[in-house]
Amino acid sequence: MRQTSCLDYCLFIRYLLCTVGSVYIKSKEAPAKDVLKDLVEMCHGIQHPLRGLFLRSYLSQISKDKLPDVGSEYEGDTDTINDAIEFVLQNFTEMNKLWVRMQYQGPIGERDKRGKERSELRDLVGKNLHVLSQLDGVDLDMYKEIVLPRILEQVVNCKDELAQHYLMDCIIQVFPDEYHLQTLETLLSAFPQLQPTVDIKTVLSPLMDRLSNYAASSTEVLPEFLQAEAFAKLSSVVGKVIEAQVDMPIFGAITLYVSLLTFTLRIHPERLDYVDQILGACVEKLSRKTKLEDSKATKQIVALLSAPLEKYKDISTALDLPNYPLVMDYLDIPTNKVMAMVIIQNMMKNTTRISTADKVEALFELIKGLIKDMDGSQDNELDEEDFTDEQNSVARLIQMLHSNDNEEMFKIISTVRKHILLGGPKRLTFTVPPLVFSSLKLLRRLQCQDRDSNGQEISDTQKKVFQLLHQTIEALSSVPSPELALRLYLQCAEAASDSGLEPVSYEFLTQAFILYEEDVSDSKAQVTVIHLIVGTLQRMNVFGSENRDTLTHKATGYSAKLLKKPDQCRAVYACSHLFWVNEPDGIQDGERVVLCLKRALKIANAAQQMVHTRGSSGHVTLFIEILNKYLYFFEKGNSRITDSAIQDLIELIGAELQSESTTSDSSADAFFSSTLRYIEYQKQKGGSISNEENKV
Amino acid sequence: MNYIIGAFKPPCTISITFADGKTRKKASVKKDNGQTAMVPLFESKENIVGEVIIEPMHGKKVEHNGVKIELLGQIELYFDRGNFYDFTSLVRELDIPGDLYERKTYPFEFSTVEMPYESYNGINVRLRYILKVTINRNYVSNIVEYQEFCVRNYTPLPTINNSIKMEVGIEDCLHIEFEYSKSKYHLKDVIIGKIYFLLVRIKIKNMELEIRRRESTGSGPNTYVETETLAKFELMDGAPVRGESIPTRLFLSPYELTPTYRNINNKFSVKYYLNLVLVDEEDRRYFKQQEVTIYRLQEES
Repeated sequence: MRQTSCLDYCLFIRYLLCTVGSVYIKSKEAPAKDVLKDLVEMCHGIQHPLRGLFLRSYLSQISKDKLPDVGSEYEGDTDTINDAIEFVLQNFTEMNKLWVRMQYQGPIGERDKRGKERSELRDLVGKNLHVLSQLDGVDLDMYKEIVLPRILEQVVNCKDELAQHYLMDCIIQVFPDEYHLQTLETLLSAFPQLQPTVDIKTVLSPLMDRLSNYAASSTEVLPEFLQAEAFAKLSSVVGKVIEAQVDMPIFGAITLYVSLLTFTLRIHPERLDYVDQILGACVEKLSRKTKLEDSKATKQIVALLSAPLEKYKDISTALDLPNYPLVMDYLDIPTNKVMAMVIIQNMMKNTTRISTADKVEALFELIKGLIKDMDGSQDNELDEEDFTDEQNSVARLIQMLHSNDNEEMFKIISTVRKHILLGGPKRLTFTVPPLVFSSLKLLRRLQCQDRDSNGQEISDTQKKVFQLLHQTIEALSSVPSPELALRLYLQCAEAASDSGLEPVSYEFLTQAFILYEEDVSDSKAQVTVIHLIVGTLQRMNVFGSENRDTLTHKATGYSAKLLKKPDQCRAVYACSHLFWVNEPDGIQDGERVVLCLKRALKIANAAQQMVHTRGSSGHVTLFIEILNKYLYFFEKGNSRITDSAIQDLIELIGAELQSESTTSDSSADAFFSSTLRYIEYQKQKGGSISNEENKV
Repeated sequence: MNYIIGAFKPPCTISITFADGKTRKKASVKKDNGQTAMVPLFESKENIVGEVIIEPMHGKKVEHNGVKIELLGQIELYFDRGNFYDFTSLVRELDIPGDLYERKTYPFEFSTVEMPYESYNGINVRLRYILKVTINRNYVSNIVEYQEFCVRNYTPLPTINNSIKMEVGIEDCLHIEFEYSKSKYHLKDVIIGKIYFLLVRIKIKNMELEIRRRESTGSGPNTYVETETLAKFELMDGAPVRGESIPTRLFLSPYELTPTYRNINNKFSVKYYLNLVLVDEEDRRYFKQQEVTIYRLQEES
């Protein structure tokens, strides 16, 4: 009597059965469906999860090419695709059951280890789905009516987190996108029914991405999306999932919204209402938390806000979405700044121009983290470099605000001004200059326009602009930043001069002078500023003689009061230009010019004396410079400059150069030689001037 | 087969042959000495026709008092060895008293012999059919020759063949419902059934199906019961859960089964049982035994 009780006998028999069965089918001696049904039933005998899994996997493997698929050689009157599907589904169901059962084997402490083991086996189960997808007979209807509902039934009923996550993902990957689109409702309805611990977003997000890619693949596909009401269904399921999984971290919810938004932007970019809806849902979700401290979540929010920018390439569209700023409100201050930078960079990349004051207002509200100190912000921690970067970006932004309509432009400038004045001293040095120059640009336009249309009349707008400029630059005093303010005042003064507004121009210059008197104390700075003032003043021709006198007197006075003699000298002879303007109706006061030059000479002498007492090389160069000035004015036709004066000066210089008490200075020599050569050259050139020079 | 009784060599050879010996199907029977031999196979109500050839040894003369052939159906109970109970006994006179000088052939025929019981060789009991040729002699012992043959009786498909369905269990531990498709199986049949688990609270390692033969001999105070497990077949490997249904398929042909014998001549019975055994992780065995009837199916010719 044979006692066959070897432990693996049962299993061995089953493997043999499957192998034999497959040959049997191949030999066509029995209908495929019967054999397959029998095999899948008999495998029930192996209840041991691991062995059963491998056995059924083997069965799946060898039966793959013997299924009575449509068009296969095993198809018959009674053997149809339905039988093939039934077989595969049954095998799949049993395999999934066994796979899930593995979780509960063994001691509780080894749960993680088991989870890991199970992960390695998951493809065995998933392969069945793959087989289903490969069957020719599984068309859309078959998939919709039979295949998908059965698979989902098993997925939901098995109540196992690992299986559910893997299988949902598998379904999405294995079956074609157009099937998913047409069965969206059914597929999505499974999600809220999954175990709460399933990380749905890692499945939903790829699904939405796939659908997005599918939509992008061809234009004919887009109407299908509309017809399938894809957006409505997806947004509904996202909402449901988030509601159902109360423990889902904020970051998870936002990620889902990001995927949904990406999808929407791809499929329905023109539906701003959809975009806003998604943002609104986020706002609602965020409002339930008091403070957002999760860095992953904030990253996702930044992604969420960046997506419309990327897509539309135009911040104005984003500004139109009512929920957009609300979402930004939930960002903490550092992240708000990051987002603001993203916005500005986006604008610069796409050379977006904001052209209405309302939009500017909205924009500045959005980026308020950059504009001013927010409550609770810790500016001390901010890196100097980062701060500079930020503010430079803001400055660049200001440059990009533009409208061709002057009224509107003025409104924009006013709006910007309102905001930047809240920025505090550190920011003003960055933000005021661009605003000022924007305003000046507007002024130039107004000047052109007014000149063309009104003739000599000056519009009110111009006056308003000047007023604004005045107030804005005044704010710099709080920094304090006198030199910057001074320069800006000079710019404005010149602009006012071009507009023909004498009092305004005078006022600006006055402010500049006051700043010079009170705040510019560094001697080097003084030199630079004086030259600036002189240069600016020289170009301005709006002043009447009284005002002009006051101003030039001030300028020359300050020049003479500079600390170092050489500086004084140079400033004073620079002032000479104040009295000679080479314009048709410019001032040409020869007398005053000469006075300046003579004064300069005196100072140069004094300087030279000082040097001699000290015993070092002199300031002969000064004399040569003054000589050159003489020549300049001489050529320009200043009659007060006599050739004898020039001659005297030349001799003086010559004497100084050869004097024993001075050490030789090669550059001075060179300068003098070239000056003399110039004179010679002029003589030879001929003409009236040269005649005069000939007398030299 | 020569029985050597006494020190003398028998004076003649006796051979018993069957008329259709060449064409008739043969079956193997176990001999006393443990060897097997192939002997012709008969069914009840068949004619047993043949001839007896008696050949005296060279030069010897055999004086006899008559030659007869008997057809005997015998039951031997092993606890009562040597004691043959003949339930069937038929005799034919072959020759009148006389002398045998040379080889003589005697044809014989037993017509339409009632042989209701099958040949059976069991643990404690044996049933056999033999042809016994006796040469009667005076003053000396008889010369006897035996020829065994095998009897098998066929029955047609039973008209009623209900399935066996039962629910068994241990309170709060294990509840199963088993079903066998038939209650009567022929020798080359397949036992098809399923085991459905209603409640599983123990850790099952595997499940087996055994075929057991129970031979009971004697009656009353002298009843001996011998149980033998003829087959053990693993149905399931691994632990099932509630709701699982395990199919069974057990082919009977590889196993040396006989039909069920009920109360043969009030002397013995041979019954068959299916024993469903569940083994748990600690090797404890839970079982349920169920009788089935085995019969010999009339083959389609």
